[in-house]
Amino acid sequence: MKDTHAALVRMANQIARNFVAIGHDRAVLATADHIDSFWDPRMKAGIFAGDRSSLDPIAAAAIDHLQQHGDPGPQTRATEFAKKGDLHNSDAG
Amino acid sequence: MGYEPAPDFGTPASTAKEQVTLTIDGRAVTVPAGTSVMRAAAEAGGSIPKLCATDNVKSFGSCRLCLVEIEGARGTPASCTTPVGEGMVVKTQTPRLEKLRKGVMELYISDHPLDCLTCSANGDCELQDQAAAVGLRDVRYGYENANHLAQPTDNSNPYFHYDPSKCIVCSRCVRACAEVQGTFALTIDGRGFASMVSAGQKEDDFLSSECVSCGACVQACPTATLQEKSVKEIGLPERAVVTTCAYCGVGCTFRAEMRGEQLVRMVPYKDGKANRGHSCVKGRFAYGYANHQDRITSPMIRDSIHDPWREVSWEEALGFAASKVQAIKAEHGAMALGGITSSRCTNEETFLVQKLIRSVFGANNVDTCARVCHSPTGYGLKTTFGTSAGTQDFDSVMQTDVALVIGANPTDGHPVFASRLKKRLREGAKLIVIDPRRIDLVRTPHVEASYHLPLQPGTNVAVLTAMAHVIVTEGLVDRAYIEERCEIDAYEDWARFVSDERHSPEVLEAVTRVPAADLREAARLYATGGNAAIYYGLGVTEHSQGSSTVMAIANLAMCTGNVGRPGVGVNPLRGQNNVQGACDMGSFPHELPGYRHLSDGETRALFEKDWGVSLDPNPGLRINNMLDAAVDGTFKAIYIQGEDILQSDPNTRHVADGLAAMDCVIVHDLFLNETANYAHVFLPGSTFLEKNGTFTNAERRIQPVRKVMEPANGMEDWQVTQSLANALGAEWSYTHPSEILDEIARLTGSFAGVSWDMLQKRGSVQWPVNEKYPDGSPVMHMNGFVRGKGLFVVTDYVPTDEKTGPRFPLLLTTGRILSQYNVGAQTRRTANTVWHPEDLLEMHPVDAENRGLKDGDWARLASRTGETTLRVTVTDRVAPGVVYTTFHHPATQANVVTTDYSDWATNCPEYKVTAVQVSPSNGPTDWQETYESWSEKSRRIAPEPMEPAE
Ligand code: SF4
Ligand code: SF4
Ligand code: SF4
Ligand code: FES
Repeated sequence: MKDTHAALVRMANQIARNFVAIGHDRAVLATADHIDSFWDPRMKAGIFAGDRSSLDPIAAAAIDHLQQHGDPGPQTRATEFAKKGDLHNSDAG
Repeated sequence: MGYEPAPDFGTPASTAKEQVTLTIDGRAVTVPAGTSVMRAAAEAGGSIPKLCATDNVKSFGSCRLCLVEIEGARGTPASCTTPVGEGMVVKTQTPRLEKLRKGVMELYISDHPLDCLTCSANGDCELQDQAAAVGLRDVRYGYENANHLAQPTDNSNPYFHYDPSKCIVCSRCVRACAEVQGTFALTIDGRGFASMVSAGQKEDDFLSSECVSCGACVQACPTATLQEKSVKEIGLPERAVVTTCAYCGVGCTFRAEMRGEQLVRMVPYKDGKANRGHSCVKGRFAYGYANHQDRITSPMIRDSIHDPWREVSWEEALGFAASKVQAIKAEHGAMALGGITSSRCTNEETFLVQKLIRSVFGANNVDTCARVCHSPTGYGLKTTFGTSAGTQDFDSVMQTDVALVIGANPTDGHPVFASRLKKRLREGAKLIVIDPRRIDLVRTPHVEASYHLPLQPGTNVAVLTAMAHVIVTEGLVDRAYIEERCEIDAYEDWARFVSDERHSPEVLEAVTRVPAADLREAARLYATGGNAAIYYGLGVTEHSQGSSTVMAIANLAMCTGNVGRPGVGVNPLRGQNNVQGACDMGSFPHELPGYRHLSDGETRALFEKDWGVSLDPNPGLRINNMLDAAVDGTFKAIYIQGEDILQSDPNTRHVADGLAAMDCVIVHDLFLNETANYAHVFLPGSTFLEKNGTFTNAERRIQPVRKVMEPANGMEDWQVTQSLANALGAEWSYTHPSEILDEIARLTGSFAGVSWDMLQKRGSVQWPVNEKYPDGSPVMHMNGFVRGKGLFVVTDYVPTDEKTGPRFPLLLTTGRILSQYNVGAQTRRTANTVWHPEDLLEMHPVDAENRGLKDGDWARLASRTGETTLRVTVTDRVAPGVVYTTFHHPATQANVVTTDYSDWATNCPEYKVTAVQVSPSNGPTDWQETYESWSEKSRRIAPEPMEPAE
């Protein structure tokens, strides 16, 4: 379990670090959205339940946000497009 | 179809728009300007005798057999070198021409062995055909004069022979090697009568020469001089079926030429839109694995991975698998089940596997091997352009002025595309290569890169941002394009970001090690050199910033206006044949086919209605997370189709631990691969020659795969998946992949217009194919980006966590070579091994000397994760501090040393950067030896039980 948690923390930190450049508040929401869009429920539950002391500030805030408010909705184009799903007009993109 | 050799129009088609009308033998013929008289006659259904002309190469005019008479012209010009003219009146058959041709033919025949009846080309020889065509009956010159009949045959190439005694010195082979393949391995040596074809230097044979065994010369040769050995062994083909190569993402089409149930040869299909009649050694020759003795054709099961395998009936194997899966589901829930689709299988097979997992297993834990190669392409291109795919067709490269190749090695990985690219470069286009290694393209015959930026592995984002810095700060952006086509606010943010001095090439040189002056020049060339196209491969995606790099590439293309017309664009070169298709078909755990997220209720409803089930709206696990979950005890069973994750995924031990922790591993493959060492159920697979379906290549081209022989295992792969689903209680009743394709079209907008019938008629089509684009879409984003405006994304360079230090001072990067494919399961089982018997470690002379290593020495390669041994090859292709190897052989276990660092957005593993140390060694490591013996043990198959005595 310990290794898996460490892997989750590493993933969350890595996501957060790649959003740093868009500014703190947007990065928190983008990280939360990214995790919500791509993580399986047991991974989310794992990071909610585990020790957060090794999380970077943006990642930690994102996890708090997710736990308290749930999915912030699409924050980046990648998740926005996918979640909109315009059926018959899909460009498969 | 019955057997007819592929038609040959004598000279290449003209692409001119203007039409010209002339009269040939009294008939009016209209063709594009620039067409040869020979081709015009052939297109009109006639045929002018010829020997030195063939439509894959430019005409040469040496044999003088194709003479014609043209009203008003002097003499008898060669029709292959004479272009059509408006109002021209041509005669192709007159007594004078007949006499001249007979004379020419006689000279040729007089130096040719007359053993036609026993020659392997008998019936498929142009010399024979043309002799008959010109009515040659007897030869006046005897063999008593000097001739070439005693020349020995060169059999060094494993797939074709060169028998100079039959050569007519037409030079078609030489020209094919130069013009089509771009290797320039062949020359005509000597002059006049003494002239003959020669590969490489005097002492060379075909194998030791520069020849890459693409087969273009063999295809071009009109006689049996250069001929596939298989023709001699099996005999001439009797029928031909057009199908698609199952190796790489170029997606070449071939005529599979058959004699009975035996495949005689694969001949590149001239109408193939991806390959235009060309091929590489893999697709052309390396199909022998299909009948290799290692191939498993009956299902097998075992209770424990320590037991030997037991061969059983399909029914028993499927029943065994189903009961295990059901028991696990009852005890641990659907979340404990999952599967992996294959980029080697067809769209229809992949679609079925994800359908099985989502709708029958009841979980979204489905992933694909594309995870480990191009998942960042999906994320990056979708974010910036709105589509998860390359923007161009391959033909587009012929209109490119500047090609930027980054993190790809096309001459090895995508050889047929590389030949097109080299052709364009020989026509004068410029080339920029960004790669830690001096790949072959940097300098090959008649091609030289304008700039090679040998960056430090792991610094792609820094290099691309520095290029953007130059383009923006020097005012080289295409402002009008950006304003019209892109989100302007995002552009301004991005432009401000990249303009910052900390992103200048001079500042970043410290991390990238790319000389700032070169980088500036390369950026200027890309921005101002005309149509600029970017081609990239796994050297971009397989990094901790893979997705960011893809977005940085898209930013560059947008800011210079290089998206949305032929000749430009962003082009991921896909590794395996159906990476694009596997991604399109919903192989990722968070999305349904067509890249639609599971959280979208409307999309889910569409599938739920069609499939008659309810779907879990939550994303499932990715491969690496499945393995973690297995170790944690929450993931228990996996169905793996056509994928060897133990060998191809990073950190082999982590994969092995994950697999060993599962209760039911079902491997569906051709061979007992490495992953199967941990399997409980083995379901034998079928080869691409044994099934119907479609593959989608790197240009989004959907191409049919056609069955040319019955599956040796008794079932096509989609049938196996269907049987497994039905054993689990589903009631699927597909009778042909076309019905699966119909379902895909019904549920996925971009495939709406695709059907099996349509593909039979059209050959191939590029998605999207729907009401808006009924004929498909060769180039995307023509009138604006798919999702409205293009989006610039700020890509901050975040160095990887994998760092060199005193213990691990070198950076290892990995790649592939021409003759081998991926983990080598197929190519290692063919004669291709003559070119690559083992994986080698490339190392710079300075690093080698520091460690006391010489060419051919065994070395221990160690990282923080593990160690392996392999032999060293000393070369300055790699920079000091960088080492390089391939991962084609299981014995090397290169992935024992790779880490589980991965792309931040998609978890695509960071294969391209591992900190390592290299030291002298005596041979294989303990792990290699232990693994070897365990692997042997785990592959045991129990002998057939004896019939009980009465
Ligand atoms: S096989 Fe290809 S590379 Fe080799 S000599 Fe022939 S054309 Fe050239
Ligand atoms: S080997 Fe074949 S193609 Fe080449 S010159 Fe001889 S006959 Fe012509
Ligand atoms: S491996 Fe690739 S380039 Fe070679 S023949 Fe097959 S599709 Fe073409
Ligand atoms: S075919 Fe025209 S000169 Fe040989």
